[in-house]
Amino acid sequence: MSSDIAKKVRANPKFAELVSTRNSLGMKLTIATLVLYYGFILLIAFDPKLLGTKIGAGVMTLGMPVGLVVIILSFVIVGIYVKKANASFDQLTKQIVEETK
Amino acid sequence: MSRLKTLLTTAFLSALPTLALAAGPDAGQTQQQATNWTAIGMFVAFVLFTLGITYWAAKQSRSAAQFYTAGGGITGFQNGLAIAGDYMSAASFLGISGLVYMSGYDGLIYSVGFLVGWPIVTFMIAEPLRNLGKFTFADVASFRFGQTPIRVLAAIGTLVVVAFYLIAQMVGAGQLIKVLFGLPYNYAVVVVGVLMIVYVTFGGMVATTWVQIIKAVLLLSGATFMSVMVLAHYGFSPEALFAEAVKIHPKHEAIMSPGGLVSNPISAVSLGLALMFGTAGLPHILMRFFTVKDAQAARKSVFYATGFIGYFYILTFIIGFGAIVLVSANPDYLTDATKPLLSIRGGSNMAAIHLADAVGGEAFLGFISAVAFATILAVVSGLTLSGASAISHDIYATVMKGGKANEADEIRVSKMSTVVLGIIAVALGIAFEKQNVAFMVGLAFAIAASANFPVLLMSLKWKGCTTRGAVIGGFLGLAAATFGVIFSPSVWEAVMGNPKGSALIQLSNPAIFSMPIAFIGIWIFSLLDGSARAQADKDGYEDQYIRSETGIGAAGASAH
Repeated sequence: MSSDIAKKVRANPKFAELVSTRNSLGMKLTIATLVLYYGFILLIAFDPKLLGTKIGAGVMTLGMPVGLVVIILSFVIVGIYVKKANASFDQLTKQIVEETK
Repeated sequence: MSRLKTLLTTAFLSALPTLALAAGPDAGQTQQQATNWTAIGMFVAFVLFTLGITYWAAKQSRSAAQFYTAGGGITGFQNGLAIAGDYMSAASFLGISGLVYMSGYDGLIYSVGFLVGWPIVTFMIAEPLRNLGKFTFADVASFRFGQTPIRVLAAIGTLVVVAFYLIAQMVGAGQLIKVLFGLPYNYAVVVVGVLMIVYVTFGGMVATTWVQIIKAVLLLSGATFMSVMVLAHYGFSPEALFAEAVKIHPKHEAIMSPGGLVSNPISAVSLGLALMFGTAGLPHILMRFFTVKDAQAARKSVFYATGFIGYFYILTFIIGFGAIVLVSANPDYLTDATKPLLSIRGGSNMAAIHLADAVGGEAFLGFISAVAFATILAVVSGLTLSGASAISHDIYATVMKGGKANEADEIRVSKMSTVVLGIIAVALGIAFEKQNVAFMVGLAFAIAASANFPVLLMSLKWKGCTTRGAVIGGFLGLAAATFGVIFSPSVWEAVMGNPKGSALIQLSNPAIFSMPIAFIGIWIFSLLDGSARAQADKDGYEDQYIRSETGIGAAGASAH
């Protein structure tokens, strides 16, 4: 790629929009992942009894749904990014590429 | 004697952070069982089918792009399955279900660690990687840098990770096959080595991908069937399953809550860092992103992969509990009926295998055994291909030939490298038969997180990063990770036999200090770098940045 193309892309306001919305979404979701995972680990490390709390009349503990939710949320977080990216980032990228030709 | 071994394996599994679970099933010193012809028959069927695919793939694997990346012609969905097939090792399946069988809830904590790396891969790595790279992650890391030093660093990072991962897989394969098929250890290692060489040299990435896809489908189907059978036994009520497990398991209600796995917060966070960021630095996983046509497909493939892997870990949890209720008290699966659970034949890693017999009889046992072997084959093929690519593409074509290698020569070098790597893997697999290889996967993840990942991330995101900074920081991270593993309890005490508590670094994984060392090293040595090369590195950032964000100029899918 020649630097002329880089200059042209850089001058396109859509490029700034693409990069800033994508970075901010990526950053928010990265933080969400870190909080989700390290929250889970530190909760276990500092208060192991909490997840052993019984819910309901039987043997079921709070830890079971919490663990399941952590797994499902990891997938949902990826899904949110992919949905958003498919809907708007790809569109913007396509426009930038077209306008740079 | 065998009971002592079982007990030792058990004690080892429950006492240590069991990093082996990442990839290398530490089946311990298993006993050879009677030859299982059903399992061998099913495995032979798998091999013949995949060899057929290899033959078909060989006819189209003529160009370098075909060989390394299947010409970029894999769809997002297929690649998602292949990534899952690459990542769901025999140890994830057998090791984690075995951990759940032994300790209950702790197994779930472990699975979560292996899953949370995937969102990070999605947000930070997948798209820029596809936009900038061609065949190996070194293409990306060295995009604007001096080629030789970064390629050498990346190739070393790749080969070290691949070597440790491979040894763990080979030893695991040998131990497993002894139990599952009743074949001698050395036969098993040689069979794995030969088949992997055939898949990779003749079929390249096309065959490797299909082996991984087929294996992922078989493993997910088998695990689903087992989970459904277990749940059906309890009228699809998890509460009823758990209640029965609590009644049978010697630890009773303790299996429903976190146990000893996460007791030291610093150690737990350190292990978490290695698992999370190590995933984003595993060369055989990163290489999979070049097999799809563009950044969008790369992103979709992580989405599917995360779904399959997350689903798989939920299944292994149900399977572990299923083994508690259906295997642990059945004398058929025990070596000593007076010691339920602990005296399980072949050690706790066999929990899922015995459960297969309990829910599906001998035919299904044969199927699951064959799937376990196929799983190892798929993982080692991916590893070997990425190791061979580092040698042929990074070292031979770029460093030695200055990027002007003849394509046919480059492919020849990578095929030769595959054969050599295969022979080395077999030799090491045999040499390490009696060794405890549990630490090796931990080391592989630590190095991936402390050398490959920081160099990749800083070269992508930080304009001020220079060749010298990346190389020094990368090597510092590699050295710190290696040092931290050698002086950790799992190597210094468990492998070298030094007294308990004598290890210099009381952490299960060094990532908490080796990752910062790499990042700070890259940062400081880049800042101090006033060379002409440093200026060129920074000047090259703008073009790299535009291409990584938009894909303009990216290597497209090659014509078929």
